[in-house]
Amino acid sequence: MNIVRKLKKNALDIVISVILFFLSIAMLYPMMYELAVSLSTPESLVTAPRIMWFTQEFSTLSYELLFRETDVLTGYKNTLIIMALGLVINMVLTMILAYFLSRKSYKVKMKTPVTIMILITMYFSGGMIPRFLLVRDLGLFNSYWSVILPGAVSTYNAILLRSFYQSIPDSLEESAELDGAGHATILFKIYFPLSKPAMAVVAMYYGLDHWNRWFEPSLYLSDTTKHPLALMLRKLLINTQAAGATTMLKSSQAYVSHLLYDEINTSMSAALVVVATVPFLLIYPFLQKHFQTGIMIGSLKG
Amino acid sequence: MSRFMTRLRANINDSRIEHRANTMPWKKDLKKNWGLYLFVLPVIAYYLVFCYYPMYGATIAFRDYNPAKGILGSEWVGLKHFISFFSYPDVGRLFRNTMIMSVVGLVVGRSASIGLALMFHELRYKRLKKITQTISIFPHFISMVVTCTICMQFCMTDGLFNIILGWFGVAPKNLLGIPEAFVPVRQIMHLWRSVGWDCIIMLAAMSGVDQQIYEAARLDGCGRIQQMRHITLPAIAPTRVITLIMAVGSLLSVGCEDIILLYNPAIYETADVISTYVYRKGLVEFSFSYSTAVGLINSILNIILLLIANKISKTVTETSLL
Repeated sequence: MNIVRKLKKNALDIVISVILFFLSIAMLYPMMYELAVSLSTPESLVTAPRIMWFTQEFSTLSYELLFRETDVLTGYKNTLIIMALGLVINMVLTMILAYFLSRKSYKVKMKTPVTIMILITMYFSGGMIPRFLLVRDLGLFNSYWSVILPGAVSTYNAILLRSFYQSIPDSLEESAELDGAGHATILFKIYFPLSKPAMAVVAMYYGLDHWNRWFEPSLYLSDTTKHPLALMLRKLLINTQAAGATTMLKSSQAYVSHLLYDEINTSMSAALVVVATVPFLLIYPFLQKHFQTGIMIGSLKG
Repeated sequence: MSRFMTRLRANINDSRIEHRANTMPWKKDLKKNWGLYLFVLPVIAYYLVFCYYPMYGATIAFRDYNPAKGILGSEWVGLKHFISFFSYPDVGRLFRNTMIMSVVGLVVGRSASIGLALMFHELRYKRLKKITQTISIFPHFISMVVTCTICMQFCMTDGLFNIILGWFGVAPKNLLGIPEAFVPVRQIMHLWRSVGWDCIIMLAAMSGVDQQIYEAARLDGCGRIQQMRHITLPAIAPTRVITLIMAVGSLLSVGCEDIILLYNPAIYETADVISTYVYRKGLVEFSFSYSTAVGLINSILNIILLLIANKISKTVTETSLL
């Protein structure tokens, strides 16, 4: 009797738990599958079950081949360069814009025109081709700047950061002004330390963009030694699958027999997927707690 | 959350004060604020060069772009490119596919994220809630290229989708070679990638609902399902409306990156959208002026849709974006 009543009381929770459990499995499966495939020997993949959660016979062969035979490391290096340079420019410019937007319009007359000017860009842009022509005309082709500069400030992120700056008491800034501090000092010495959580969210948005960007590099960077990781992924993964999986390896025949060609390709693709995903998943738990506030403020003030 | 709400309220008060008129003459303002203007100059320059110059560059839609003469020197041809776009035989297909994909995405994506948010909101086992929510957000951080790769692997004849279809007696096929399968496959991929992320904002809105309303409803004998229907869902209406307006404003700009990665000429019938067409015409075939014209039509239609949606919601629900 007691159990029945308890069950009835918690029926909704139990139903939801079951649904969420299966949903979580569906969410996790793709990555678990790639991880399992990448860590199995090519031989074991031939007889492996088609729905796979765990490695068959453990081996790191696919990772060894990946780092030895493809340009993944160059891709990593390029992504890191673009990210480091890009993030510094992104953050400095975004902070300056957010600082400007957090001024009061009755004190600063230019504020309203500038706000309108940047809001328009959120809804209207010249489009893909004029931007392409601009980058070409500026002579940025084949340099890292072609990928970094066109998206240097995101209006959305600036507005998000502005909301945090507006919550900082005016008296702090006024007292600094009385002590003779300029705008740069106020921004970098007072606002910056006070808004670290918000900065973390904004930096993560920008960082994720840099990490995942392949479209612009594919247009602007023709020099393959400058290709970032995401573009390399596109070339290695998508194109090989379209072309019938033959170009992944430069000289794989030396390592495995022709019979296992498909299997080693599958397992290397999986390894590549893991290599390209793991770094962000590692920092993800540390940033997760900030998402809710970040998203909420951005959407309400946007 | 409550700290956030007080901060938000402070912001709103702030913006009320801000609407006081600024009567200072420009000359005096410049004298007083020149340091600030100098400080923000690099950002203004960025916007002028990288956002406004391309807008001006979009005038090549009305010219015949000639690389030797540049944007400014090319000859004006009026509406030639617009006319040739509308006389392109597959123009209907482009608009149809764009609309189908974005409407399906809007309806399925929003119902799924609101449903998921409701489940998280109702679940009383906090630990389980935290774990499952963490799991549901993480695919958002996997890059589009990787997501599309996994999707392609699952679509192959021995991939996951075909195994599941096999349970229902469907013969295995490469799903990305079948025009009818493209929209569902892309939608499933998008659900996987963004349902958890999209539900955060709904969940945040739900957690802001006053607990007293629930208590009052419980005293009146309201069950949990009824609470969901009559309290939670109406309470998050403003959030739903705002996200809906923003989504309507981008109805015609289905992101082309994932489609470029997934599609192939065999399924252009259902997979080709305006933005992929702009990409192919402009950056593969290099007809700059023509594809700029197509892109321009696209963004103007987007803005019109946004304004209409905003207007409707302003009159119907008194919530608006602008």
